[in-house]
Amino acid sequence: MSTTMGPAGRMPASGPTRDRRVADMLSRRRKWFDRVVQALCIAATVIGLVLLASILFTLLWRGVGALGLHVFTRSTLPPGSHGGLLNAIVGSLVQTLAGTAIGTPIGLMVGTYLSEYARNSVLGNAVRFVSDVLLSAPSILIGLFVYTILVEPFGGFSGIAGCVALAIIVVPIVVRTTEDMLRLIPTELREAAVAVGAPKWRVIVLICYRAALDGIATGILLAVARVAGETAPLLFTSLGNLNWSLSLTQPMSSLPVTIYQYAGSAFDDWVDLAWAGALLITFGVLALNIVARVMLRPRS
Amino acid sequence: MSQTMNETEQPPAMATMQARSAETLGAARISIRGVDFFYGSNKALKGIDLDLPERQVTGMIGPSGCGKSTLLRVLNRMFDLYPGQRAVGQVLMDGVNILDPGIDLNQLRSRVGMVFQKPTPFPMTIYENIAFGVKLHERLSKSQMDERVEWSLTRAALWDESKDRLNTSAMGLSGGQQQRLCIARTIAVRPEVILLDEPTSALDPISTLKIEELIDELKEDFTIAIVTHNMQQAARCADQVAFFYLGELVEVGTATQMFTAPREKRTQEYITGRFG
Repeated sequence: MSTTMGPAGRMPASGPTRDRRVADMLSRRRKWFDRVVQALCIAATVIGLVLLASILFTLLWRGVGALGLHVFTRSTLPPGSHGGLLNAIVGSLVQTLAGTAIGTPIGLMVGTYLSEYARNSVLGNAVRFVSDVLLSAPSILIGLFVYTILVEPFGGFSGIAGCVALAIIVVPIVVRTTEDMLRLIPTELREAAVAVGAPKWRVIVLICYRAALDGIATGILLAVARVAGETAPLLFTSLGNLNWSLSLTQPMSSLPVTIYQYAGSAFDDWVDLAWAGALLITFGVLALNIVARVMLRPRS
Repeated sequence: MSQTMNETEQPPAMATMQARSAETLGAARISIRGVDFFYGSNKALKGIDLDLPERQVTGMIGPSGCGKSTLLRVLNRMFDLYPGQRAVGQVLMDGVNILDPGIDLNQLRSRVGMVFQKPTPFPMTIYENIAFGVKLHERLSKSQMDERVEWSLTRAALWDESKDRLNTSAMGLSGGQQQRLCIARTIAVRPEVILLDEPTSALDPISTLKIEELIDELKEDFTIAIVTHNMQQAARCADQVAFFYLGELVEVGTATQMFTAPREKRTQEYITGRFG
């Protein structure tokens, strides 16, 4: 709050004057403060990057060494008998894909409802709130919930229970991205479609979905990436299976659960397989994230 | 576009208007009778009576917020999208009040098309942009659709620029081309009335000129209502001019009469740029 100059740069005769030394002192202080904050920011960035790099490096170091053809061709076996991760890889693929297949349509429809039909309604706000709560709910609770509705009543762990648990995680993610992306569509575009005589559902399906396609697809990919690495909801549902099994009514193996079981074991070959599994899942998720980012990039 | 009416004696585009002055305005395609419009409890239009003469251009002018765009959105019931907005009164088209609750809105909008201020191409190819509206109301074979697309793009003076890229995204067109695409899309549905809501305010002068020439050609087939902030545009394009102020229709007359001998003082002040 120092003084301002007169209109033509002249000091007004009787106006307040400015003390140069105070101005210099304030300026020095600002620069010093700027440097401190900059240093703190850089330090924080470095810490974050070092942590991430060390995780990736350790993963590569331990994982690549443990990788081999047998990981992809053989199922899990007792320690010392050269087992692989085939059942876990396939189990993870099946449960992730089925979970996404179940959860995506529900999420899409709820997101569409929130954006197109219930913008300011009480019910819409309630649904949005519940969906957001679900988004941040601890995933082990979702596992327990599915345990009580699909495992206990039917007398056993099953792949389908795992799929449902993952689907419940997918739903709120897809709801959020669908709603956000649809809301970004300008009113003018909707009105333009209405103006040629299109009924509301056609405007949504043929215009809005198409305009929001990239964003919605990205949201689905991020949901896939998220559930591919989920362990907790599977512990109470598909449990894990040491044998090759594609039956959805039987317990089903998965990479995260296998990692969880193997990483803490006393057998070196199991620990190695856990590293190999961790490497596979990390780079699988990383690849999905990169694809999602490329898709989200605005097209020229 | 902005060097407006400095020579107050001689309103713009006198020559073109003189050519029209002999014409009389034709029979009404749309008759607006006693229309009030409400945004919630706020009354935005007060007892509007106005005829849109068949195959003529009606220019709607007036300062921002005067209700001219609102009236346009009454004519295709666009306001129905928004709860809390309502229109009372009569808008007669072939003797039917289109404000009746029983009116099929999608059908109405196929008869009363609209082009907006900002070009709004759909996120699809140029061809699909045209076909989208047509498919809603007609069953055409592929070759019939091809013909319709060519016809409407030709009528909108866009065919030569777009015929080699019909299957590319409409987003790749320039702003002026996009606006002509929107016009093509509107006429492809074969409406009877076209509403233009400041169709050139987002365009450069050359694109504006093209659209204005287009409007002149389109009135051979369509009844047109255009909202504009540009006095010269109203003078160049319109056969009939309606001046709105604070939700009221102050004065309506032929373009010649409105720009040379306005009856109302407010009209005179607005068109000579003294307020607005």
